[in-house]
Amino acid sequence: MKTRMLTLAGLLLTGPALADPDDDALVINGEIEIVTEAPAPVHLSDVFDTIYSGWRYRNDETQVMESDDFENPGMLGVEAARDDWVEVAGTEEESCASCHGEPEEMAGVRPVYPKWNEDAGEVRTLEMQINDCRTSRMGAEPWKYAGEDMVDMVALISSVSRGMPVDVATDGPAQSTWEAGRDIYYTRYGRLELACANCHEDNSGNMIRADHLSQGQINGFPTYRLKNAQLNAVQSRFKGCIRDTMAETFEPGSPELVALELYVASRGNGLSVEGPSVRN
Amino acid sequence: MADGVKPRVRVPDEATAGEVIQIKTLISHPMESGQRRDDDGNLIPRSIINRFTVEFGGESVIDVALEPAISSNPYFEFEATVPSSGTFVFTWYDDDGDVYTEEKTVTVA
Repeated sequence: MKTRMLTLAGLLLTGPALADPDDDALVINGEIEIVTEAPAPVHLSDVFDTIYSGWRYRNDETQVMESDDFENPGMLGVEAARDDWVEVAGTEEESCASCHGEPEEMAGVRPVYPKWNEDAGEVRTLEMQINDCRTSRMGAEPWKYAGEDMVDMVALISSVSRGMPVDVATDGPAQSTWEAGRDIYYTRYGRLELACANCHEDNSGNMIRADHLSQGQINGFPTYRLKNAQLNAVQSRFKGCIRDTMAETFEPGSPELVALELYVASRGNGLSVEGPSVRN
Repeated sequence: MADGVKPRVRVPDEATAGEVIQIKTLISHPMESGQRRDDDGNLIPRSIINRFTVEFGGESVIDVALEPAISSNPYFEFEATVPSSGTFVFTWYDDDGDVYTEEKTVTVA
């Protein structure tokens, strides 16, 4: 009896400490204030009251790496992309800089992607837009959708929007894609029969083996993961999650993952753009 | 030579005499361990930074031996006492014989 009471007391003591995001605040380089918690968007109001960046679920040692660009290994990818930004490629003798000027002029782009493209008649991710620039404007070879060059460039374009609130459109012409993404989010896949929602809604805050489950927000992508020591594209992460359910996955760049990216991004409307973030 | 190797250091420009200052260094480097194999099953040769040193006014501040298990882009952060104005010399030694150096001058008011 005594043993059982002790065990119970132990459980009570350790339980709550793991359940919630912490109360830390994120300021990058001592100047960019990052919103890591915000009221849930209306379409999520019956699920969450408050949305949290995944940063709030990581331990202090990982968190601090993101607060200083010198310590953030993801910024090495940003630096590499700055070289690509001014490099002339393809038959048209153009670089990104020929049209867009400095990368800093792309501030405000990341928060609204994925976004409806009227001319193409489809919802486009940043990656799709970059490859469209490369093929139709520069006459260059497209980059691999989630390859290193592409992830680095997305990291650069994200980095100049850090601190701005995610604000993707879910209505108008994007609505059907958004709804398709929502259906995928709530569909159970794989031999484990898990939907995104089973972990990131039903169990956010709980431990999945040794990892603290977040809400699965994507405001911090591309993400430098300590696990594989490289920048990871958001759709590579989706693929990894679906693979872990023991399912055949969708490929990065597929219409399914583009729709899912739009939907998941909209679940983070109001959080700051953080990419390139640092996670475990 | 390994691709994309670039050293970076952060040292305060100014300090007071005897002040303990924080120094951060990072060198982008793949740190190939020599244990991995490529798609055809062949060993990828080891290529790492094997030694990192810092000197201040000719005096050794830190001297580090690096081993293959250290991850890519090795980062070091340490503290040093600055007695007077002078220059920190940072040196990284690559397996392939390349040596990368950076210098930073600290002014003591």
